[in-house]
Parts: sequence; structure tokens; C-alpha cells
Amino acid sequence: MILDSEKFVVTAEIEPPKGTDVTGLLASANALKGKVKAVLIPDNARGVMRMSPLVVCKLVKDEGVEVIMTVACRDRNRLALQSDLLGAAALGINSILCVTGDHTMHGDHKEAKPVFDVDSVQLLQMAATLNSGKDMNGNELSGAPEFFLASTVNPFASPVELQTIKFEKKVEAGARVFFTQPLFDLERFAGFMEHARKYPVKVLPEICILTSTDVARYQDHKLPGFFIPEDIFRRIREAGENDLNEGISIAAELIKEIKRSKLADGVHLMPGREKGAILEVLERAGA
Amino acid sequence: MIVARRKPFDEIKGSVSGAEQVLILGCGTCVAVCLAGGEKEVAILASQLKMALRLENQNVRIDELTIERQCDREFIEEINTRVTVDDYDLILSMACGAGVQLLSDVFDHKVVLPALNTTFIGVAEGPGVWTERCRACSNCILGVTGGICPITMCAKGLVNGPCGGAINGKCELDYNRACAWAMIYERLQKLGKMENVRKIQPPRRHDLATSPALVIHKAYQ
Repeated sequence: MILDSEKFVVTAEIEPPKGTDVTGLLASANALKGKVKAVLIPDNARGVMRMSPLVVCKLVKDEGVEVIMTVACRDRNRLALQSDLLGAAALGINSILCVTGDHTMHGDHKEAKPVFDVDSVQLLQMAATLNSGKDMNGNELSGAPEFFLASTVNPFASPVELQTIKFEKKVEAGARVFFTQPLFDLERFAGFMEHARKYPVKVLPEICILTSTDVARYQDHKLPGFFIPEDIFRRIREAGENDLNEGISIAAELIKEIKRSKLADGVHLMPGREKGAILEVLERAGA
Repeated sequence: MIVARRKPFDEIKGSVSGAEQVLILGCGTCVAVCLAGGEKEVAILASQLKMALRLENQNVRIDELTIERQCDREFIEEINTRVTVDDYDLILSMACGAGVQLLSDVFDHKVVLPALNTTFIGVAEGPGVWTERCRACSNCILGVTGGICPITMCAKGLVNGPCGGAINGKCELDYNRACAWAMIYERLQKLGKMENVRKIQPPRRHDLATSPALVIHKAYQ
């Protein structure tokens, strides 16, 4: 499986298009081809409606780029989730990231009904059960998927023990790779990794290319899950118009340090304001 | 108790437009306690409507009445001993949605309109403040979660722990509000029952809470 590599794994995120034009999507996928192990396709991230990740994954996969499909619990009930998972397996999409999903109130359809019929732990269990040839209610499947399951963990939230309990539940439910909330604080992350290393899982911290816009949104509490330490916050602020360049430097420094200290099993890169930023980060980090 | 809020005045005024005789009917239980639809609120709405309609030269007779409970036939049936329902073009109910519906059932030849938006099942936190506490899900897990309901108190209704968006014990939807799971954590620590939440909770059983729900006491089956 693509994430089951022994080497330092680099993945990157590509946002599905808002509309039917897939030109930009395919260009991004091709630009990352050979530079990253796989691209992660989010599922209406931050509650903003975009093209179905199932379709996007198929399109990207057809370009010869490995994909990880995100499945969020916000928009579909257990029937729809299982249907989509079976569909993904039929299309050869086997790496699945199970997440709860940002609340609809953060997105562009605030009036929508937030579903959350199952949570991320139960979604992992559901996918693992499909792997065993049964649906979540024990009905036999004709043909079973072979999903490799990933989930998320927030090493920076408190109370830490609650996050740890949830992490352990996810491991028990079948998650083998964990993506994290954006990492800026290596010391705090190292504390989490000490615990995570006790489990047979890989951890890919998310590396975010910060800009002054992000910093402003963070101050307004509009970036759920972010924890930006004071020194990084200051570096972006003081960079002024060169904020993107500084954001790229910070990201590259983090990756270099993670790789050098073997702190994690790889990194996951978030797209920045500019499409080429991920490639620039990889080049500066020598990853 | 049921907590409700009065609808915007313009919406209420618009809904009674064209009527000549209106009965505003209050409910003396939950919505009276939450200052939305009791005797005092009936009097306030009646005065507001009379003034507003008079200014528009509409000649509408508005009467007031408040009964003990609109969700109980026994109390609805006594309405006709105090007023003559057939005198009115419409009844403006200041009860919760349940009361409005039972009233419509009993007086099914009358137009019954809601003056409130029913909001939640909750508790009084202090003067004038009510918070939601129960979603009436028909499979209560309060025994596991230390008496704090994650279905209600967590914006995502998560039963296996907090989402990744909670920061420093605050909810990602409102950083002034405590994350339900942070509260559960604190309570379970106090009770020495953290082991309660280490086990994976199964998916919720929505088949136990299909609408419309029905309860018949076993003595009456």
C-alpha cells in the first residue's frame, strides 16, 4: 500500500474544483507527479461545497498519481458512506482517510443539515468491516474492498488525554496512518510522538505554508485546529509582503528538522496561496 | 422544559392580517417559565398588535386567554368554558409546537397559528438564561458521559471524544463555549470514571428515535 512505505513519505493535498472545470486539478496533480508519494483529496473541506472526492480521486488516479480519498461524516449517513466506499474500491481507490469533518457552520452552506450519523472512529470501524466482507450490519458483501485506513489526530489540543483516548480508539478501529493538524510546534509534537510510537502506526504531520491571511484568520479564531506559536506568528507578521516566502521557509525548515531527527514517518503538505509553493517547499527542504 | 422564542413581531402581525377577531392563547407551563408565551407575554403581544394594527387603521378585536397547558386535551377542552372559540377568525397560539398542534387537532375547523418558534429542551441557568440539554434521542448515554450529553452539547454530536477542532477546551464553533468533551473529561476525572470513555461507543441507533414517536404506558396498552 502506498502509505506503508519504509521511507520518509511525502504527501500533498489538492483541493477539488468548485465547478466542473478540472483543468487546474489535473495540472496540479501532474505537477506533483513523482514529487510526492500520493495526493490527498479532501471531502468538502471546511464545509465548503466542491466536486465529489470520489470523482476527483478517479480523475487524478487516471493521470498516474496515487490518491488518498478523504471521507467525512458531515454530509452523508451510514448508507451513503458505505455506498461510496464500495464505489471507491471498485475504482481502485484503496487509501481512505476517515475524518469527522469540519462543521457546516464553517462553510459556505451554513443552512445545511450537518449529518454526523457516525463519527470518525465508527467510520474507521465501518471501513474495516467492509474489508472483512460484511457491511456494518453484518450483511454479506459480494466482493470485499482492501482498504488501507488513515485518520487524523490533533497532538496540539488540550486536554491531551482526551485526544490520546480518541487516537487509541482510532488505532483500535483500524487506522494505520495518522495525519495531524498543522504542525508548527516541534516540541509539543515530539511529546505526542513519544506516545504514538507505542502503536503500530505511521504519523504524517501536516505542514502548512502560512501567509499573513492565515495569521489574520487565526487571530479571528477562523482556523479550527490550528495552533500557531508566537515566534512563527511573529515571523509571518514581520515578513510583510514577503509573507509567502517566509511561510515557505518555515515549512521547509520544519520538514528538514522532522526528517533529520526522524521525528515522524513523513509529512503532508497543504496547498498554499500559490500553487507552486508546495514544489518550492520540497526543493528548499530537499525532500 | 421546552424553551421557545417569540417569532419576530412583523411575522406575527403579517400572519394575522385580514382577521377581524383574534384570540391570543397563552400556555402556562414551559413557555411561561421561559418568558415566551405565558400570561404576561400574551398581554404584551396583544398590546403590541392592537397598537400596530390601529396605526394601520385595521379594526381587529384581540382577546387574551392563558390556559395551564396546551399539550393536554383536558386543559384545551376548558377553553370553551371561558370564551367562545367560534367567535374568532383565528387563534394565535403562544405554546410550543406540540401545543399548537394539539390545539389545531381539537379545533380543526379553526385556523391556529404559531406565535413562537420552539427552540429546545433545556434548563434555566439563571434569570433569563436557558441552555439546551437534551435532544430526546431515545437512547440516553448520560450514565457513560458523566451526566453531560455529547449528542446535545457537542455541535457534531460526537460520542467517541472531541473533534480535532477543539482548542484549549473550547468548541471550534464558538471559542467562548466549552467543548462538551472537555466538560465530560473534567466531570469523569472528578468522579474517577475515565474508564467510561475508553471503550468505543457504537453508532447511534436512529431506529429508536424515528418520527413521529409514540409512548404508551404499559398500564394502558
